[in-house]
Amino acid sequence: MTITTLRRQLLAWETSPAAILTKLAGEIAARDQGRTGAYLSHHLDTALAEAANTDLSLPLGGIPIAIKDNINVLGQPCTCGSKFLENFISPYDATVIRKLRAAGAIPFGRMNQDEFAMGSSTENSALGITRNPHDPTRIPGGSSGGSAAAVADHTAIAALGSDTGGSIRQPASHCGVVGLKPSYGRVSRYGLVAFASSLDQIGPLTQSVEDAALILQAIAGPDPLDSTSLDAPVPDYLRALNAGVKGLKLGIPKEYFGEGIHPGVRKNVEAAIQSLAAQGAEIVEISLPHTEHAVATYYVIAPAEASSNLSRYDGIRYGHRAANPTDILDLYKKSREQGFGPEVKRRIILGTYVLSSGYYDAYYSRAQKVRTLIRRDFENVFKSVDAILSPVAPTPARKLGAAGADPLQEYLSDIFTIAANLAGLPAISIPCGTTDFDGGKNLPLGLQIIAPHLAEAKLLQIAKAAER
Amino acid sequence: MSHRHIDVRYVANLARLELTADEVATFQPQLEAILGHVEALSKLDVSGIDPTAHATAVFGKMREDIPHVSLSQTAMLSNAPDQAQGQIRVPKVVTEA
Repeated sequence: MTITTLRRQLLAWETSPAAILTKLAGEIAARDQGRTGAYLSHHLDTALAEAANTDLSLPLGGIPIAIKDNINVLGQPCTCGSKFLENFISPYDATVIRKLRAAGAIPFGRMNQDEFAMGSSTENSALGITRNPHDPTRIPGGSSGGSAAAVADHTAIAALGSDTGGSIRQPASHCGVVGLKPSYGRVSRYGLVAFASSLDQIGPLTQSVEDAALILQAIAGPDPLDSTSLDAPVPDYLRALNAGVKGLKLGIPKEYFGEGIHPGVRKNVEAAIQSLAAQGAEIVEISLPHTEHAVATYYVIAPAEASSNLSRYDGIRYGHRAANPTDILDLYKKSREQGFGPEVKRRIILGTYVLSSGYYDAYYSRAQKVRTLIRRDFENVFKSVDAILSPVAPTPARKLGAAGADPLQEYLSDIFTIAANLAGLPAISIPCGTTDFDGGKNLPLGLQIIAPHLAEAKLLQIAKAAER
Repeated sequence: MSHRHIDVRYVANLARLELTADEVATFQPQLEAILGHVEALSKLDVSGIDPTAHATAVFGKMREDIPHVSLSQTAMLSNAPDQAQGQIRVPKVVTEA
């Protein structure tokens, strides 16, 4: 059930916040525990206490929202899917949580994710497997896999995730839900556990475009506690939602429709483009010539920032501490060896390497310059189009455990989502039909829409027109 | 960018990560494959191109300096692995001369 529908029922006294929470808890027990595995934990008593004081006149009054386990909620765990933080309890609320509460929403549930948001399958969680509700033998995508799976499984009304290279959009696509990554700076990152600070952004995963607009409305805006949050005024995202696409110019980047795309993905995305054309949008072919370099650029910049951000996990002030160290250095090294999983270690080593003095210019400095070229590609294209349409991922969800021993192959599947992070642009994944793939039937997939910086209102307007 | 070789154990030590021999053996080819892919960037002409550190550059933004109540000592110590007398306890750092 969507937020919009529940809000109508709440205001008509047909249900109550407590009844919604109790029903969700029952569905989590019936369908999530031992099956989908989207929830790492949930605290019904705390949520019910909060629900008793909810102001239903507020825009999200009485609506429970599931939270990715890398966003701090006072008094609740914040594991980041890592053994390192398995016992960590947040001493404060992230700004997005404070804002959700101010809009009447109730944070409910801690959602599984790839460890420290590094991955695109949720298999890198050290704390359990999450399955795709459409086919339990498959991944839900990631890193916000728990958030996407719960919304798809109807064990959550809506959820927050974080997106550094596609971590909201790709699981939304794999699970058949809506996932929005706002412009860099549109939503405060205060209280989001840092992975790659120049790329990270919090956003909603929902059952409808309208719900995504409602949540963005609540969480967007400047924050004195995040110096990268932008002062730009927050528009009314619902006002133009139904304005349609007549007269809008939508660009199709030829580099996003090359080889490697599953035919079922291509067919469905092309059908969505045709539908927008039939509604009066003008479709034009465009070129983003540096697309092929996006993955390489990202896998220099993101690990570099991660190696720096994750240096805080030293076993001293919080998190895992190794037993019986010989000295302080041994404590650092053993705590990190024991606390981090393989993908996190790989990225820390890679990031440390590209930042080391002999290689800094060859890798990090060069990647930052290519990032400028990628950003300029978009700036040029947005002189002539209102938004860009593409697939979210080359294929639907793969099978659990099928990644193989080569992480590079997994990285390459991020090709369509990464550029929006590098350029700081808002982008959304909306359900775009289903296809058969690798023995699986009717697997969901997503249409990606990318808009100019801070053009979330237009992005949502186009998404609403494309929503089936 | 012709150096694809990475001394995994050396770099891990810089990052204060102790690795098992198995991990070194697993990571070595994986990281070399990733660096091999990244090498494509060296073929691009980036002369005269400014680096992008943040997608939307906001510089020197300061919040107003207003005193407020911060988190309590109890809250800040609540996740400490080892503590004594309101402080975090660590192994001996300074050795005797």
